[in-house]
Amino acid sequence: MKHWFQTKNMIVLFGVVLIYGIVQLLNLNDIMPPFFQLNLILACVYIIMAASLNLINGITGQFSIGHAGFMSIGAYTSAIVTAKLGGPLYLALIAGALSAGIAGVLIGLPTLRLKGDYLAIATLGLGEIVRVIFMNIDYVGGASGLSVPSTINWTWAFSLMVISVIAIHNFTTSTHGRACISIRENEIAAEAMGINSTKYKVLAFAIGSMFAGLAGGIYANYMYLIHPLTFNFLKSFDILVMVVLGGLGSLTGSIIGAIVMTFTSALLSGLSEWRLVITAVLMVVLMIFRPIGIMGTKEFSLNFLGKKGERNDSSQNK
Amino acid sequence: MTLLKINNLSKSFGGLKAVSKLNINIEKGELIGLIGPNGAGKTTIFNLLTGVYVPTEGEILFEEKNIAGLKPYQVTHRGIARTFQNIRLFGDLSVIDNVKIALHQHAKYSTLSAIFRMPSYYKGEDEMEAKSKELLKIFNLQGQAQEIAKNLPYGEQRRLEIARALATDPKLLLLDEPAAGMNPQETQELTNLIRFIREKFQLTVLLIEHDMSLVMQVCERIYVLDYGMIIAEGVPKEIKSNPKVIEAYLGEEVD
Repeated sequence: MKHWFQTKNMIVLFGVVLIYGIVQLLNLNDIMPPFFQLNLILACVYIIMAASLNLINGITGQFSIGHAGFMSIGAYTSAIVTAKLGGPLYLALIAGALSAGIAGVLIGLPTLRLKGDYLAIATLGLGEIVRVIFMNIDYVGGASGLSVPSTINWTWAFSLMVISVIAIHNFTTSTHGRACISIRENEIAAEAMGINSTKYKVLAFAIGSMFAGLAGGIYANYMYLIHPLTFNFLKSFDILVMVVLGGLGSLTGSIIGAIVMTFTSALLSGLSEWRLVITAVLMVVLMIFRPIGIMGTKEFSLNFLGKKGERNDSSQNK
Repeated sequence: MTLLKINNLSKSFGGLKAVSKLNINIEKGELIGLIGPNGAGKTTIFNLLTGVYVPTEGEILFEEKNIAGLKPYQVTHRGIARTFQNIRLFGDLSVIDNVKIALHQHAKYSTLSAIFRMPSYYKGEDEMEAKSKELLKIFNLQGQAQEIAKNLPYGEQRRLEIARALATDPKLLLLDEPAAGMNPQETQELTNLIRFIREKFQLTVLLIEHDMSLVMQVCERIYVLDYGMIIAEGVPKEIKSNPKVIEAYLGEEVD
């Protein structure tokens, strides 16, 4: 257990608690405008989405652009549990995450044989298929959507976001995460080094989908109404933009990307038709001046606090 | 004891017979060379042995079990490791991570204990760290452990590839042109290194090489391949004076 209480982890913990505390204090005293409350919770949802997509796209190198599909599976499953069956919120979130994870395995097994562009097209198509299916199920309201009681608050959203990020970080920095990275780096060499590439691609895909399902569950139980069109391919692209903006393969980059994109959209919400144009221009500018994304594949770290040359020892366990 | 026995192995790509009716026997502990002109099918044989290609016919018996048709990672789990002719390191990762990835199949903790950071995770990681440092030390790369693999000089990249292959704990090591692109001094060092690791890890080594000084120095037996067929087999001395070999390399004598 002594590893859990390294200085670095304590500093991160302090920062996390500080952010939570400040926002919670502002919320409780009604200083925080509702518009900001909404966007802070959305930021948490998108951080989970971006971090989980980064696990698939950035860490394992499998280019998937159907992430909103898994989000919708999680959203609808958890909405059914709370709105239709009257179940508790935690059960709904677990059900949402698990159903999306199982869908990830089922979809991942056949599609992950494809590479590059082909995989991207297949996942894009699957995301749309999921959306059309929900559109045509009357039980969940079809095209008019499904109304869900709003039970998620800042505490739920923030703590689930922190748990998700820690889980993804811990997976990435283990030997299993390194196996995924080796597939990204050179699949032939990875296989020759004894790594079952199919297994790890599907595993990364399943974990990524599971967290997308969790994010969907949080979203559904906060927004009052979920609608199939919310989870169209533009949503998948939004998430992808966050990951690329932050830097493919960098978890902290995904977090930064998600925050930047959420608040850029929020600031531009007054000029709705210009929003997409301005985000597109931002992306073009970024790709010209920093094509590897804000963070590249590097992580923001507190290593400068530790001794030099102990990078690996100190980067474990957030 | 026979470690590897290849019986009547053939591989065709469409109408082209890249390897035909190949028979090779390797005893435990031997150091065997596989030579031949460009395009003779040497690398194809490596790819067949390691599961990259599925043989058209024939069998590959490794420790008396047929491994033909297994996936590359399964072959590695059985105890065959290889290096590549065109270096295939995990270029953007640190030197030590390259070795750690090869240690993965012996990892002692599960995905869940990694996510929940159980004690087995820390124990497993510490063991892997120690083991990879040990290997890097043998290959004199301990100083570059944190460096990015693609930034290493060519010779060191080659050494790292061998270190990484050894991390899988193989019984048979396949080296595909380990001296390619090395200067004479580096080749000499490599020669000594191959001898040393063979003793230290009790390996059986099969190597493809064009550098004859290396082949003639270290190999105990040599197979010569041309047009996918074995044209000669024997100790270095016999091979040097074999007219068929000279013909394959230099062409027929003119009357």
